[in-house]
Amino acid sequence: MNPKRCAACKYLRRRCPKDCIFAPYFPPNDPAKFACIHRIYGAGNVSKMLQQLPEQTRAEAVESLCFEAKCRVDDPVYGCVGIIHLLQTQIQNAQNELAKTQAEVAVAQTNLSQTQNSDF
Amino acid sequence: MRGHEPRSSSSCAACKLLKRRCTPTCIFAPYFRSSDLITFAKVHKVFGASNVSKLLGEVPEEQRQETVNSLAYEAEVRLKDPVYGCIGAIASLQKKMLELQHDLAVARTRLLAHSGVSNHVSQLDNSPELAAFLDLVPYSDLMLLDGSTSLDAYLYDLGQPPFV
Repeated sequence: MNPKRCAACKYLRRRCPKDCIFAPYFPPNDPAKFACIHRIYGAGNVSKMLQQLPEQTRAEAVESLCFEAKCRVDDPVYGCVGIIHLLQTQIQNAQNELAKTQAEVAVAQTNLSQTQNSDF
Repeated sequence: MRGHEPRSSSSCAACKLLKRRCTPTCIFAPYFRSSDLITFAKVHKVFGASNVSKLLGEVPEEQRQETVNSLAYEAEVRLKDPVYGCIGAIASLQKKMLELQHDLAVARTRLLAHSGVSNHVSQLDNSPELAAFLDLVPYSDLMLLDGSTSLDAYLYDLGQPPFV
């Protein structure tokens, strides 16, 4: 048993075994991290998800789950999908702006060559 | 004799999957019709039915369909990419936005250069050369000019807005 329980086992009020799947990713000094992820996904689901992943990818998976859980707590309706929508809208606007500016460049280039031709 | 209680004529997808009676006040029924079994299965696998029920209970009724839609999307993406989920999609979109910002900066500089030269002909004006230089500098290096340590750090710093 871990002498110091991880944040997950502290939250769940259980013993923290040596091979606790949560322990490497939920240190005891950050209880809010596990509380947030448990609120949205549930400890059981997170445990299953981590068990299905290769060990070297679990840290990244926990960070992405934590981010998504935090987004969902902050915005219960859209979660991180709200960020995706916002980015897609802004990309569309930027693409339109780029097309408009490139068209203006083409016109300016045409005007410039006409000016240069008339100078000669 | 069994079956005294009235049964719903058709269970919603949630109650079908959870193998329970679908009541008239079932919180899932309006959003997971019996034909939405696969969608509910994905949402249940990622979030769990009781968490979804709590989430739906926390939002106003008129926003529950949107909530279900976004949960279904997140679950779908998480199951396809179990490590990064939606964060992978966000990082990809941020990268696209950075590329567009670079392209827009190049185009605007060119426009200024050509507009400037066409209005004030000057042999000393080297703005078109600057525009050509910007063409040669990869967008990743442009971003590094603002002091960011690496593009990856910029991409995953989702606490900051990715652009102004």
